[in-house]
Amino acid sequence: MAVRRLAEQQPASFAFTPDNKAWCDAQIAKYPEGRQASAVIPLLWKAQAQHNYWLPKPAIELVADMLAMPYIRVLEIATFYSMFNLEPVGEHFIQLCGTTPCQLNGAEEIKKVCEKRIGEQRHVSADGKFSWLEVECLGACCNAPMVQINDDYYEDLTPENFAKLLDDLAAGRPVSIGSQTGRRTSEPAGGLTSLTEFYGVDGVSGPGSAPASAAKDAKI
Amino acid sequence: MLADKDRIFTNLYGFGDWRLKGAQARGAWDNTKGLLEKGKDWVISEMKASGLRGRGGAGFSTGLKWSFMPKPDPARPSYLVVNADESEPGTCKDREIMRNDPHLLVEGCLIASFAMGAHACYVYVRGEYILERERLQAAVDEAYAARLIGKDNIHGYPFDMYVHHGAGAYICGEETALLESLEGKKGMPRLKPPFPANMGLYGCPTTVNNVESIAVAPTILRRGASWFAGFGNPNNAGTKLFCISGHVNKPCNVEEAMSIPFRELIDRHCGGVRGGWDNLMAVIPGGSSVRCVPADQIIDCPMDFDNLSKLKSGLGTAAVIVMDKSTDIVRVIARLSYFYKHESCGQCTPCREGTGWMWRVLSRMAEGRAQRREIDMLLEVSKQIEGHTICALGDAAAWPVQGLITHFRHEIEKRIDDYAANPHSDPVHMAAE
Ligand SMILES: Cc1cc2nc3c(=O)[nH]c(=O)nc-3n(C[C@H](O)[C@H](O)[C@H](O)COP(=O)(O)O)c2cc1C
Ligand code: SF4
Ligand code: FES
Repeated sequence: MAVRRLAEQQPASFAFTPDNKAWCDAQIAKYPEGRQASAVIPLLWKAQAQHNYWLPKPAIELVADMLAMPYIRVLEIATFYSMFNLEPVGEHFIQLCGTTPCQLNGAEEIKKVCEKRIGEQRHVSADGKFSWLEVECLGACCNAPMVQINDDYYEDLTPENFAKLLDDLAAGRPVSIGSQTGRRTSEPAGGLTSLTEFYGVDGVSGPGSAPASAAKDAKI
Repeated sequence: MLADKDRIFTNLYGFGDWRLKGAQARGAWDNTKGLLEKGKDWVISEMKASGLRGRGGAGFSTGLKWSFMPKPDPARPSYLVVNADESEPGTCKDREIMRNDPHLLVEGCLIASFAMGAHACYVYVRGEYILERERLQAAVDEAYAARLIGKDNIHGYPFDMYVHHGAGAYICGEETALLESLEGKKGMPRLKPPFPANMGLYGCPTTVNNVESIAVAPTILRRGASWFAGFGNPNNAGTKLFCISGHVNKPCNVEEAMSIPFRELIDRHCGGVRGGWDNLMAVIPGGSSVRCVPADQIIDCPMDFDNLSKLKSGLGTAAVIVMDKSTDIVRVIARLSYFYKHESCGQCTPCREGTGWMWRVLSRMAEGRAQRREIDMLLEVSKQIEGHTICALGDAAAWPVQGLITHFRHEIEKRIDDYAANPHSDPVHMAAE
């Protein structure tokens, strides 16, 4: 368990944009009549996304009102689930996986890069660009070490490629999500050892290989 | 070695097209109606005969689990809930299913729901998997648009499927915590009984299954129970996704036959152990919640439920964490203890207090700042946690520590002796008893 509290400085109010409000209504409709509380995590998540990736108190209260839940119940949710940031984060919010598989493959070196460049955890850099937090296994262990920055995973990190990634993000240059060493996903590096009948050893020359349009960076 | 033609996850790495067209070209959604027409009893008996054991960690027979669902009752609808919380350290296979072959899961959800008389299914995806959730949602949307699922679909079985998500809490992978979370509460495990099959989501009959357990079902039914049962040792049937991380030359996910020997798995797909086989120290073979196994015991061990439990470890989620001789195993297990401390929901005293206590003691031991007799104290505390909590997170926190002490006590002792041999200004503290 970890102790988590709301930030001291809070905005006066929070309202969903019309688009987000419509999105929220569609979420609530997924659950049976009278079970609208089920939508609480998605709604808080949307509120956080709309509010520079941190969740202010007025948003927690608004979501409670929308779902007819007591404030305390929603506050409990906001403090229980670690993805709700209760204080401001950097424009690029880095969640660094420090759990054992990442630790074995060099997460501590990646941590040092964060410390050197950004400073302590939970501290927003002076230019507002970065903050970072050590988190638990993000479920990408075959591509360790890795971080999540805002919505995206960046994998197969080294101190060098990670420092470059941060430079590129700071400068607003395009970056490539996923593996930073050129793997497609979690296949063995340097050539497939299975599924070669479908995709060839290189993954892209077999009868089942998708055209280049299905590039690795295609989000959806 | 498993032949490509016998692999279920034929787009595991995303080199093919994940959308409906691509999935259909690989065989998904092929005559699903024909499968349903054989009836729910047939589906359940095939699943039982296939020998599939749940892929979420506990390894319970999937067909048997489906058969526990009560007869449909209009006043209490039944639900299928798919566990896509994937947070067990080392595990990263459901992610590949959701982003690279989501239609296998969508089709599996329809078939499993049909077999259990459920007309609605919720998939609970861990919050951090944003791309994976969007892919799965896109596949669900495609399936609705093609009338493969929905209230009025071409299969003649009304079925709705919803993608839900969490917000970062390992404990929500425990099935009853997951249901609490899905109902809009803190993810705190429920006392069992009642079991979810009687009182699950919204108090209704519910079955919770792992993504992989559900996604393999359509292929098993299409190719036949005996095909699936033909892989692996008796009682450990089928093909399985292995997630290999840590000190191998090429970490990867791979689908292999169950019971593949450890050495073969690593040599064939991971380019061997870093620094060669003599450099192997230990392996955590089933995700962080199982006991580690020293090199000499694991090298020729078939990777399956029964063989790994003979080594007092387990197949768990088949997340294989490999450690070479450069590993500081005390620190590694201390880091895992931190994980369990961080993720404990706090309901049970032995877990809430014990996980933090074990972490603090292990952190000191990693530096050598401990007394030799604290090792037995630590073992004793781990046994007081194990089996004395509401959910299995307590056990999961205890086992890695027990594995460390069983197999690597000498490492801890050496560190303590080394520390004691050097004068330090900081006196050694003892744990409170
Ligand atoms: C602390 C804890 C975490 C768990 N996390 C997961 C998980 O992330 N994914 C999963 O499928 N099962 C997880 N499980 C196991 C589930 O409780 C449940 O047994 C499983 O989803 C059943 O599916 P199966 O029969 O298909 O394996 C976890 C169990 C515990 C005790
Ligand atoms: S064992 Fe731990 S995680 Fe499970 S219910 Fe008890 S306190 Fe919560
Ligand atoms: S341990 Fe880092 S992603 Fe799993």
